[in-house]
Amino acid sequence: MMTKMKPTRDGYGEALLELGKSNPNVLVLDADLAKSTRADWFWKAHPDRFFDMGIAEQDMLATAAGMALGGKIPFASTYGVFVAGRAWDQIRTSICYGNLNVKIGGAHGGISVGPDGGTHQSLEEIALMRVLPNMTLILPCDAEETRKATLAAAEIYGPVYLRFAREATPVFTESDSPFEVGTANVLREGSDATIIAAGPIVYEALVASDLLAEQGLKVRVINMHTIKPLDETAIIGAARETGVLVTAEEHQIYAGLGGAVAECAAKHCPVPIEMVGIMDTFGESGTPDELAEAYGLTHREIVAAVLKAIQRKK
Amino acid sequence: MTLANNDQLRELCTTVRRDIVEMTAAAGSGHPGGSLSAVELVVGLYFNVMRHDPANPTWSDRDRFILSKGHACPVLYSVLARSGYFPADELKTLRKFGSRLQGHPNMQVLPGLDTSSGSLGQGLSISNGLAIAAKLDGKDHRIYCLLGDGEIQEGQVWEAAMTAAHYKLDNVCAILDYNNLQIDGCCDDVMCIAPVADKWLAFGWNVIEVDGHNLDEVLLAYQRAASVKCQPTIIIAKTIKGKGVSFMEDVAEWHGKAPNAAELAVALKELA
Ligand SMILES: Cc1ncc(C[n+]2csc(CCOP(=O)(O)OP(=O)(O)O)c2C)c(N)n1
Ligand SMILES: [Mg+2]
Repeated sequence: MMTKMKPTRDGYGEALLELGKSNPNVLVLDADLAKSTRADWFWKAHPDRFFDMGIAEQDMLATAAGMALGGKIPFASTYGVFVAGRAWDQIRTSICYGNLNVKIGGAHGGISVGPDGGTHQSLEEIALMRVLPNMTLILPCDAEETRKATLAAAEIYGPVYLRFAREATPVFTESDSPFEVGTANVLREGSDATIIAAGPIVYEALVASDLLAEQGLKVRVINMHTIKPLDETAIIGAARETGVLVTAEEHQIYAGLGGAVAECAAKHCPVPIEMVGIMDTFGESGTPDELAEAYGLTHREIVAAVLKAIQRKK
Repeated sequence: MTLANNDQLRELCTTVRRDIVEMTAAAGSGHPGGSLSAVELVVGLYFNVMRHDPANPTWSDRDRFILSKGHACPVLYSVLARSGYFPADELKTLRKFGSRLQGHPNMQVLPGLDTSSGSLGQGLSISNGLAIAAKLDGKDHRIYCLLGDGEIQEGQVWEAAMTAAHYKLDNVCAILDYNNLQIDGCCDDVMCIAPVADKWLAFGWNVIEVDGHNLDEVLLAYQRAASVKCQPTIIIAKTIKGKGVSFMEDVAEWHGKAPNAAELAVALKELA
């Protein structure tokens, strides 16, 4: 099939443009990476409501906190490593502790950042953000869903972290596909196993499900775009009805989506779980495709994980 | 809320100092030193300078006070109580389980707090955000931000210093409690912060230096700061940590230690 390709960050930029028109309270901040995060689209359209904070992420996040205290809806974006990592304490104390209405755009998430290498490949945001009380954490699967998630972030009150990526990835949701924060989307029905994925890797999960169908296996695919609050009902249902779970994410294998799903399943309906993700290592330079192969983030690893999980069924 | 009379303000300063030692003594822990050094600075603001209404703590046009050095919350709690935000009786619940007077300020539970704080170095950035929001809305309220001198060793403070000057935030007034002590000792020994005024000048700020225990100087500085355009102001207030309690004055150990019963009695006698 011919799929349209587009970076998820474009969805962030488009949504900010829409919000710029529809909501005068929306402000945008960036830390000298506005061109990469697509915040520059808003900048050009609404220069009076855009604030370049220079290369000062900690200041940017706490300034956004102050703007929120002043009744604004600030969107602060830069690379995921520099926002979730470097400004974590600002997010914790200045934003989440007061439950302030700050939206964080974590760009260039995942290993697919490519040639910039390990320093720039943000693989820890789920672990870092999910642990914060009051935080909502969204990993949209394509540009269209990123657009919707960004619009939705402006609608809900409280801190929201949106993770998006640099590379063009398949756009496989439509403008009328459902998107509701906290409600997972079942993209394929199935009864033999369930793949739960978040971010652009959801597309690989769909490919894996199709390939497994050729072997006569019906594999459910869940797009868990919201990691927090986690849609536990979808996870418990999948565990009960399909007996095994496979998680797939472009994130460290520890404390990521896999961990979140495992916590839920262990509590409510323990079943065999296999996890596809980055195996406790840093990334390196390469093309996104080379890196996906090298670090095992393709439909092939997902297929193998599903087969392994099914074997573990009693 | 304005008290024109400096005698009343001086009396209030004594009341607040008594509150600080009493509430930390009752808590058995807390931060008297950096609270006592900031008494004139905070009392002057709440009782003479700031536009605020204790009956309406979320009034959007109020001036804001951002206590960046959150550990000094005893001084703020006392001033808020004495302003009428909550009963002074509640001060003795400081740091106790279930109290609205958390060990460091939590705006989610106590009315009158304009921010939560406790992790040093973040308040000036928050103040800038509030100041930008106010300017966008065409509002004229001012943002006051109290910084510790040890606190300005945090890099983020200087990021925020750049931001305030860059965006010409003349509605921001920072106040530096320059008591020259932090936990491990004298600031200049731990990590030299001098020359303080030159640093802020170099960052594009209007700098006013005062004796932080001289109410006339302090009030005049707030007035002068409010008249400066296109530039943020910092009031560098030379202070004595532990001011008003002889055995606490200029002694680093009283940063984060509560007086015992005997010490409290001496302190209250001195603060008569
Ligand atoms: C980020 C951060 N690091 C360390 C601390 C622990 N701490 C609390 S108060 C303090 C010293 C503060 O000194 P100063 O700013 O001079 O305050 P003051 O003398 O006015 O009490 C330290 C290191 C903290 N609260 N936040
Ligand atoms: Mg000090």
